[in-house]
Amino acid sequence: MNVFQFIAQNHSEVLELTLEHLWMVGISTLLAVMVGIPLGILITRWPALNKPVLGSANIIQTVPSLALFGFLLPVPWIGARADRLAILALTLYALLPLIRNTYAGIKGVDSAVVEAGRGMGMTDRQLLLQVELPLALGVIIAGVRVAAVISVGLATIAAAIGAGGLGEYIFRGLAMVNNCRRCAGRGPCAPRRREPGLA
Amino acid sequence: MSAELSNKNGLAIELRNVSYRFGEGTELISGLNLEVRRAETLVLLGRSGSGKTTTLKLINALASPTSGEILVEGRSTAQWDPIRLRRGIGYVIQDAGLFPHFTVERNIALVPKIEKWPAPRIHQRVIELLQLVGLDANLASRYPRELSGGQRQRVGVARGLAADPPILLMDEPFGALDPITRAELQREFLALQKRLEKTVVFVTHDLREALLLGTRIALMEAGKLVAALSPEEFVRSSDPMVKKYLDAFGSLPGCNGNRGPA
Repeated sequence: MNVFQFIAQNHSEVLELTLEHLWMVGISTLLAVMVGIPLGILITRWPALNKPVLGSANIIQTVPSLALFGFLLPVPWIGARADRLAILALTLYALLPLIRNTYAGIKGVDSAVVEAGRGMGMTDRQLLLQVELPLALGVIIAGVRVAAVISVGLATIAAAIGAGGLGEYIFRGLAMVNNCRRCAGRGPCAPRRREPGLA
Repeated sequence: MSAELSNKNGLAIELRNVSYRFGEGTELISGLNLEVRRAETLVLLGRSGSGKTTTLKLINALASPTSGEILVEGRSTAQWDPIRLRRGIGYVIQDAGLFPHFTVERNIALVPKIEKWPAPRIHQRVIELLQLVGLDANLASRYPRELSGGQRQRVGVARGLAADPPILLMDEPFGALDPITRAELQREFLALQKRLEKTVVFVTHDLREALLLGTRIALMEAGKLVAALSPEEFVRSSDPMVKKYLDAFGSLPGCNGNRGPA
C-alpha cells in the first residue's frame, strides 16, 4: 500500500487531522501576530525593553518543544485541554520571528524619511501608522511567514500530548514502523523531509 | 498660525546663547547667538560637523538646547507645542526625504492632510505647488523612485511650502544634484523667494551657493558662530576664518559681491 492509497482509504480521518492541524497553526499564528507585532513596536519606542524582550523570546525558542509542553501542563486553565496547551506553546515559539522582524523592519526604515516626517510635524502615531509600519511591512510579513512555517512543523509534536493534528500519523507510523502513515502525516507538514527509512 | 506668528520686532527666529550637547558627548553647539530677520534668507555656511544641521534641528525642536533659548516668532521653542511649531515651519532636506510609498501628490499634501484640510482644497494646492516649482501636473500620481533627482528635490521644496509656512528650513537641499540642475534650482529658488518672501534658513557648505542665495551669511565653525555678514561684506571680510573659507574656494568669478542673476 502506498501513501496515496492510504490517504484515499482514510480520507475522512486525514481531513479531520489536517483541519485540526491547520486550526492549531492558524490560531497560534494569529495570537502570536497580535502579541508579537505590538511587542516589536514597543521595543522600538523603549530601547531599554529591547534586550529583555528579545532575550526572553530567544530563550523560549531554545526550549525543546516536548519539554515546553511538559512545562505548560501544570498551568491551570491551559493544561486542562491538550489543544489549548498546544496553541499556547506554538504561540510562544512563533513570537520570536514576529518580534524580531517587526523591530528590524521599523529600525530599517530610512532615518532621513522618519526625520523628515517628524520635522514636518507628524505625531508619533502618524509616523508609526503612515510611515514606519507601511515601510516595514515587507519585513514584518516575512516574519509572519517564518512563524507560520515553524508552527506547521512544530504542531506535529502536539500529537504527543493528545492535541491531534497530522502528528498523529507520524507517531502512529513510528510506533507501527509504517512508512505510509508517517508520510501521510509528514508530507504536508514537515519542511525537513528525510529519507523514509531514516525517519 | 500666521496670526499667532506676528510680532513687531522684525525677527522671525532668535537664538540666545544656545548650547547643545548630545548625551554626555562634546558640545555640538556652544554659545550660539543668531538672529534671523523676517523674509531674509540666512545661509548657515560651514564645513561638515560645524553644527549647521544641528542649528536647524534646534529651531524646529527636533533637538532641545542644553542651555540658552531659541525664540521662534517671539516665543521660546520650549513653550511651543513642538507639533504646532513644526507644522508652521517648512522643512526641506537633502535628497528630499520623500516618503517612497507615497505618490508625489500625497507627499506634497502631507502637512495639509494632517492639518485636515478638505480634499478639494488639498488637490488644488498640490496642482498650484507643482506649477510653482516647475513640475508637470501629471507627475502627481508618480512615486518618488520614478523621478529624477532634480524632480525629487522640487517635490521636496513643494512639500515644504505646502501649508504656506512663514518660515522655511532648508538643509543642503541642492547638495546631491549635478551642477547644471543645481544652478537651475538655485535660480528658481531666488525667483521663488522674491515672490513668496519667506523667512529662510538655508544650510550649505558651498560658498558659491551661499553668496548667490543668501541675504546674509552666517559662517559657523565647531559649533560657534564666526561671523554673520552680507555677501558683499563676506567677500571683503578680513576675519581669518572667513578668509580661510574664501581661500578654499579660490577665485570666485562673478561672485565678487554681486548678487548673481536675481
